[in-house]
Amino acid sequence: MDQIWLIVQREYITRVRKKSFIIMTFVGPLLMSALFVVPIFLMQMSSDEKKIVTVADAGGLFSGKLPQDEKSSIRYVHAPTDLEAAKAEFKKSKNSALLYVPPFDLANPTGIKLFGRENLSLTLQTSIQRTVNRQVEAARLQKSGIDQQVLDNLKADVDMDTVNLSDEGEKSSNSMVTSGVAYFMAFLIYLFIFLYGVQIMRGVIEEKTSRIVEVIMSSVKPFQLMMGKVIGIAAVGLTQLLLWVALSSIVITGVSAVAGIDTVAASRTQQLETVAQSAGATPKETEDKTAVMYKSAMEGFSNLNLPLIIGSFLFYFLGGYLLYGALFGAIGAAVDNETDTQQFMLPITMPLILTFIVAQSVMIRDPNGPIAYWMSMIPFTSPIAMVIRIPFGGVTAGQLLLSMALLVAGFVATIWIAARIYRVGILLYGKKVTYKELSRWMFYKG
Amino acid sequence: MSNILQAIDVRKAYDAHVALSGVSLDIPERSIFGLLGPNGAGKTSLIRIITQITGADSGEIRFRGERLNPSHIAQIGYLPEERGLYKKMKIGEQLLYLAQLKGLNKTDATKRIKAWIDRFDLRPWVSKNVEDLSKGMQQKVQFIATVLHEPSLIILDEPFSGFDPINANLIKDEILELREKGATIIFSTHRMESVEEMCDSIALINRSRKVLDGPVGTIKDTFKTNTYEVEGKGRLMVIHPDFEVLEHKERENGYFYDRIRLHEGVTPNDLLRYLIGQVEIHAFREQIPSINEIFIRRVRETMPESLVEENV
Repeated sequence: MDQIWLIVQREYITRVRKKSFIIMTFVGPLLMSALFVVPIFLMQMSSDEKKIVTVADAGGLFSGKLPQDEKSSIRYVHAPTDLEAAKAEFKKSKNSALLYVPPFDLANPTGIKLFGRENLSLTLQTSIQRTVNRQVEAARLQKSGIDQQVLDNLKADVDMDTVNLSDEGEKSSNSMVTSGVAYFMAFLIYLFIFLYGVQIMRGVIEEKTSRIVEVIMSSVKPFQLMMGKVIGIAAVGLTQLLLWVALSSIVITGVSAVAGIDTVAASRTQQLETVAQSAGATPKETEDKTAVMYKSAMEGFSNLNLPLIIGSFLFYFLGGYLLYGALFGAIGAAVDNETDTQQFMLPITMPLILTFIVAQSVMIRDPNGPIAYWMSMIPFTSPIAMVIRIPFGGVTAGQLLLSMALLVAGFVATIWIAARIYRVGILLYGKKVTYKELSRWMFYKG
Repeated sequence: MSNILQAIDVRKAYDAHVALSGVSLDIPERSIFGLLGPNGAGKTSLIRIITQITGADSGEIRFRGERLNPSHIAQIGYLPEERGLYKKMKIGEQLLYLAQLKGLNKTDATKRIKAWIDRFDLRPWVSKNVEDLSKGMQQKVQFIATVLHEPSLIILDEPFSGFDPINANLIKDEILELREKGATIIFSTHRMESVEEMCDSIALINRSRKVLDGPVGTIKDTFKTNTYEVEGKGRLMVIHPDFEVLEHKERENGYFYDRIRLHEGVTPNDLLRYLIGQVEIHAFREQIPSINEIFIRRVRETMPESLVEENV
């Protein structure tokens, strides 16, 4: 035990002191916050730039009154109603598109054309289409004699509150928040296994190529060396993770306090208000609505079973890492240099990548379906699958215990296999190893 | 003298070949022991069993009479043929780490590292990374790491390969001093002449078998052929039933060189007396076989067996 502890310390200290670790610790949160902040800024920027659409309204659809919306990214301008003249003018201008409305039958409008310089973007196209549709609808309503006011009152906009009915009683939930939390945890585990699993492999290869391993082997057992390395690197990873979380939250709070998010949120609210106002609702109501949405998200978040989620996240985080870490270590022992690792990497990374892909699609949609269930049981896939399922709350205590027990069993089994490969491979040089040989190594004596 | 290490009928086989087939050895306390043999003879396999890196298929190793077990690890120091250190680790820290792995506590280790560092003039390099050191200095560090925990058994695999002559001499002196202090040293090498003069006893290993072992003096005595080299001036004519001329060379200006074997029961003095009457003698010495020659002779003797083995 003393020796494992010594090895853990060495692995930890040498890695944490490395320049790359220190750089990553500070750059990581910046990158993470950039991931969060940059899209918001981009959104703001793109919304500032208005697209101009020329309208040749021969059919009188807009009846001389073009929709003008300050918040919308499209500005409509008039053009000669004659198509040829409009085209000529459009060509001279730098406008984005030309909308031509010929005289039409309100019951069956046809012949409306949209001209673009190049291929029009899908967003622009749909948004113009929506405007035209709304205009046609309005014209039809007017014709049928229904008052806009009446119609607005008829419009339904119901918020459904989702509530979990479970033994512990009712809890309101928010599936967006839940999915977000689940996805975030799965992503962290996936990233961590890859980043630090490969580090174990590199560490083993380094010991092999620097030939220090035989000296170490004369002091400690291969198993101790491997465990020390796996645990030491896990500690490095956890340290980095915690530093990232701490620094990211500082950076994000800092940035949002200074500039970004509040203004964005404010402009969003404004936008909502304008939309609502045009729909006839009072600003007060809209404000309430936003507040309700925010409140529901926060409520959904706070009503997640956080101790359970964090606890099981840490368990699967470490369990998954140890399981894969041992295998990565075994690969390192079986090869001489990193280029030879490819053939052994694939079968190890495949289940990981597969689970992550399935997790994003099938599991988030159906967290308690058969695929999610089985993947959350198999030790190779459960670290990712289970953290996806847990926030949704459909996992029974029995399932969780079974999955955890299987993961521990899987971990013990892989460590056993890895230790055997490790023991033989680590002193073997200059030989390309095949799977057949690997399997034989497991049954070597002492 | 008691034995620090005993190997009893040790066998070890790998996938395709047998590394050790029934090797027994006695290594006396406070001696320098040469484990000799060509490459691939099984020396490293035996050493890895002694250092508990691998286990024997059958047979037993006894350390001071006890069956070898993990408690002996701290009493063994091993310098493998393939040497290496963590490249990106400072020398002082590296030595401390390796010493602690051998069970030394931090205070003792630090004290000893200091002493060795001064002894080998490495003071300015202590906080440098290994990769910044010259090869010779790395070897010194490696040697310190091997003996730092004051093991009673030191195993050096191909000790002088890669050492420059100055370092090799430095290490030789250190080894002799360690023996004076009570340690036992095992040299394992295929370059037999490099350790011949230092070894007290040896074992010859060839093709997974021990072919010969014992104290160097005894072995040499056994393999002496009663042959004498004579150099001198004059015309030498040996016609005598007791002496047999193996080699005769005429050199310039009437000098000669002869190798003469004495038959059973004849003493060198008899030969001298016979020669003095005929020629002027400049040199007369007994021809003592080198370990290398003994090895070759011994292997040739056991050749039929090994040939059979090869064909299996």
